[in-house]
Amino acid sequence: MTGYRTPLGRARGLGSAKDGVGRFISERVTSVALLFLVIWGVRSALGLSRAGYAGAVHWLASPVNAALMVLLAVAGFLHMQVGMAVVVEDYIEKPSTKAVLLLINAFVCWAGLALTVVCLLKVALSGGGA
Amino acid sequence: MADATPGARPRPLSPHVMHWRWHVTMAASILTRVTGVGSYIGLLLVAGWALALASGPEAYDDYMGLLGSIPGQILLFGFTLAVFYHLAAGVRHLMWDLGKGYLPSTANATAWVAIIFALVASVAVWALYLLGS
Repeated sequence: MTGYRTPLGRARGLGSAKDGVGRFISERVTSVALLFLVIWGVRSALGLSRAGYAGAVHWLASPVNAALMVLLAVAGFLHMQVGMAVVVEDYIEKPSTKAVLLLINAFVCWAGLALTVVCLLKVALSGGGA
Repeated sequence: MADATPGARPRPLSPHVMHWRWHVTMAASILTRVTGVGSYIGLLLVAGWALALASGPEAYDDYMGLLGSIPGQILLFGFTLAVFYHLAAGVRHLMWDLGKGYLPSTANATAWVAIIFALVASVAVWALYLLGS
């Protein structure tokens, strides 16, 4: 059967996917944002480690802290989804396993992002509480 | 997949991982992936912190108690190392994206800088934490 195919027919579909630049760019944009957000986050974590519950609620009541925490969550979870997708695509060959793992990865990252942002906003806007 | 043309030369394969000589840029590349996965777990810990904070004082104290236990502290120290290494490795990658730092001597040097930065920054942050509390 292969002998009947033209060279063009054999080559078709073997080139670049014509797709994926958006992901490449989003990985870089989130990485630049995270350079700053992570350093701010580590510094904040040092303060929060001895602030206790009341101190943490008070800290998150500041709009600047709340906004930066939300940005850290958004950039972090997006970067983490793209990064883990690359790892899965590199090491998992079986298409069905790969698809399932990519789906789990996407769900974990988006669920983690939604939960984190809702929790942060709840505390920031209401001052904590159960 | 390409159809094998009868009589064609087999396509060249890249050497298997066991045939590479270990060098620092290779270690740096592997560490970038490993610390990326480590930071993945770490960010889930941060999500847990936000959930505990939103769940009230008891849940928050329980969660901070878990993080303050010996296994929790080891996990957090690992997270610190992973984040700082991945951060430095990210800067290397951004420089490469700009077309800089490809000379083997430069790549070797920046690999060592990233590893040493991760160790020094992590120890410094934890020294601040332990001295402050």
